[in-house]
Amino acid sequence: MELSTILIQTLNGLQYGLLLFLIASGLTLIFGIMHIINLAHGALYMVGAYLMYWLSGLVDNFFLAILLAVPLAALLGVLIERFLIQALYRREHLDQVLMTFGLIMVIDSLRSIVWGNDVHSVAIPAVLSGSIQLTETLDYPLYRLFISAVCAAIALAMYLVLQRSRLGMIIRGGSSNREMVQCLGIDIRLIYTLVFAAGAALTAFAGMIAAPVSSVYPGMGNQILIIAFVVVVIGGLGSIRGAFLGALLVGLTATWGAVLVPQYAGMAVYVLMAVVLLFKPRGLFA
Amino acid sequence: MSALILETRGLSKHFGGLRAVSDISLQVAPREIHAIIGPNGAGKSTMVNLLSGHLRPSSGQVIFNGRDITGLAPNQVSHLGVGRSFQRTNIFPSFSCLENCLLAAQSRMKNSFRFFRRSDSYPLVRERAEQALQACGLSSKGHSTASSMSYGEQRQLEIGMVLATEPSFLLLDEPMAGMGKEESSRVVELLAELSRDYSLVLVEHDMDAVFSIAKTLTVMVNGQMLASGPLERVRNDPAVQEAYLGDGEEQF
Amino acid sequence: MHALPRPIQLLLALLLLLMAAYPLFGAMLAGEQHDFFLQQLTSIMILAIVALGLDLLVGVSGMVSLASAAFFGMAGYALVLFAPEYAALSIWIALPLCLGVSALAALLMGVLIIRTSGIFFIMVTIAFSQMLYYLFHDASFAGGSDGAYLFMKPEVAIAGVQLLDLENRTTLFYVVLASLGLLFVLLRTFLRAPFGRVLLGIKENEQRVRAMGFNPLFYKLAAFVIAGTIAGYAGMLSATQYGFVSPGQLSWQMSAHILVMVILGGMGSLFGPILGAFAFEGLHHWFASLTPHWELPMGVVVIAMVLLLPRGIAGLLLQLAQRESSKTTQAPLAGTIKQEAEQ
Repeated sequence: MELSTILIQTLNGLQYGLLLFLIASGLTLIFGIMHIINLAHGALYMVGAYLMYWLSGLVDNFFLAILLAVPLAALLGVLIERFLIQALYRREHLDQVLMTFGLIMVIDSLRSIVWGNDVHSVAIPAVLSGSIQLTETLDYPLYRLFISAVCAAIALAMYLVLQRSRLGMIIRGGSSNREMVQCLGIDIRLIYTLVFAAGAALTAFAGMIAAPVSSVYPGMGNQILIIAFVVVVIGGLGSIRGAFLGALLVGLTATWGAVLVPQYAGMAVYVLMAVVLLFKPRGLFA
Repeated sequence: MSALILETRGLSKHFGGLRAVSDISLQVAPREIHAIIGPNGAGKSTMVNLLSGHLRPSSGQVIFNGRDITGLAPNQVSHLGVGRSFQRTNIFPSFSCLENCLLAAQSRMKNSFRFFRRSDSYPLVRERAEQALQACGLSSKGHSTASSMSYGEQRQLEIGMVLATEPSFLLLDEPMAGMGKEESSRVVELLAELSRDYSLVLVEHDMDAVFSIAKTLTVMVNGQMLASGPLERVRNDPAVQEAYLGDGEEQF
Repeated sequence: MHALPRPIQLLLALLLLLMAAYPLFGAMLAGEQHDFFLQQLTSIMILAIVALGLDLLVGVSGMVSLASAAFFGMAGYALVLFAPEYAALSIWIALPLCLGVSALAALLMGVLIIRTSGIFFIMVTIAFSQMLYYLFHDASFAGGSDGAYLFMKPEVAIAGVQLLDLENRTTLFYVVLASLGLLFVLLRTFLRAPFGRVLLGIKENEQRVRAMGFNPLFYKLAAFVIAGTIAGYAGMLSATQYGFVSPGQLSWQMSAHILVMVILGGMGSLFGPILGAFAFEGLHHWFASLTPHWELPMGVVVIAMVLLLPRGIAGLLLQLAQRESSKTTQAPLAGTIKQEAEQ
């Protein structure tokens, strides 16, 4: 195998991993802070991609489309949290599973009614459409580097918000002690809505920027949901650090799996998960 | 070995920087009630959890019947004959009283991988469960659903379930917690009766109750052992008097 | 597990009778559609078997598994892949094969995940069943995403004498009905026996079960394997019925549908999930006849069920039966329902 192939595949793996982190971090935040398991998280990823397909056709500008789509996704998150998730805070995980599964069915069929069941593509914006030369023999698509850079920047920003800011402190406090935060006179319900909307916006955003490379198709949400579960399981439930490490591991494993064992590429990340569980039954950072 | 049934040697438990229990060495002789008392946060509950295997000690040993049981899981400790009750009522609320005790009694079968015969048709199981109900004074309530009974009765059931596991040693975590005068005097009677057949470690808040039935006493403060020994001696220990009983009125 | 209230016993007996009588009168009532209905009823009962097994986990032991479809699908594949192309496989080979494959898969998965609980357990069961989905989806030996065909149904014969002809749809209907009935009785027996008492105890208070001297992990693992094996049995029946298996049968969405059946019917009651399978599939067919977007009303039903009917159909029936009988005697179930309602 040539060195340039190794480099390209590794870059692809990192890019996929960083994208996965956006999705998995929302999932793990919503669990860690609100103790909610959200199966519809993948459906929101799909909604992001379809919003991108729709809006970029409408306004004919990639960046403007993102600017319009992110608030829409966040708003959808707010609505879901206010009208459905709030009924679940004192309920068992079982009820959360069922309701968010029902939500998947609703979102999926609304998608089918509004946008149909065809596969669509979203064009890479002209500014980012070229490749750049990394070495003499190696060209790498600019857009993929853009994805990596944006995701890495968001990961860093998230880290800073959670570790350094007052809001982050409240959020972390809320995850360990609900009553305490309430005693400080902070409306925990507002925090929950905010966290859920942020999680929805993050995963939808991931769908938007992934759209040009992965295309836009009906089953994309459910597929990514399970991969995001694998990331969270490997990293440990509720741990952002774990989600980051897990996402990179899964991204690299999936990409290299497709190169090395194309026959069983789909299984590679699950084997990785099984191995991790064998040694760390609650994930790496539980 | 000595005639002790339970002994701890330098038993300690740290949670991070917090020393919940440090260096406790106590001895319990057969057929006596040994009480552990102390204010809130003294480490009594941690102590019970260390003895029953629910927590693993940071250092030190637990010796039961001459055998080192340090670090065994709760189910293993239970099978050696240590029966433990919980401070918060810890029963199966949708089961009837009898069913609660049947399940406890069933734990003494070699295993419960028995799929066809009804559990109450095993004569030994049924007998043990009924005896336990009788011993805790609930024979007449066998078919009442546990959740429908009064708080005091649920506490009695808690003890009955422990007895149904045929222990040789009882570890009771505040059996009178939250009880009224009348209810707790009934439990005191029950405990006095039990002490004829069982060795017993009792963690308790209720001073009157402790002094009326305990033979030996360990006083804990801030995770440490202030004194331990025969009731009268410990009661008159100046350190105990000062640190504990002196302002006892306020605390208890 | 207490005896079922009288009205519910009667209701179940009536349903059983109706089902048993259907093949006799179906042709008269449904005319041309009779054959279609017979097949649909058979396939619903097969799903009800999976739901029954899942109730042992979710309703009885408190373990929310989303892997039932994986064991269902694996057993079907085992039958299809192992059967010779132009001869029927003997049921005496097919049965242990299918049950063995699903039991082994459940055991291996169970060993890895049984220590986890709550959301983590749910996620890991989904992830592992997706792994098995990809195994059959990607593998050329299993026909990939197109699935695989079974050309000859298993042969039920002793010493060359055919006992049952599974090619015959009516025969298969009765085999499935009898299986469902027997499994229901078997699981109810388990629940009264020491094994079931421990599982019920684990659901209510696992810590106490451990303190009493049981190791809950062994019992949970056993329940997981039993439920997986039951799903495998259903998978074998399904592959026999349709002569076809596809990776979609292992998907986690299929597991989620089974879970919805269990909850819609009312978990923990064992008879509830059977009713739930009929209700879910009935709604499914009805919505599908109204609109191609049947998932929309179905999703709304699922959400509404969580909000309005957390104890399912069985809970409703038990409450009604309770109201009837409380006029005369106090039934032992009162506490159960009250307790559940409080939770």
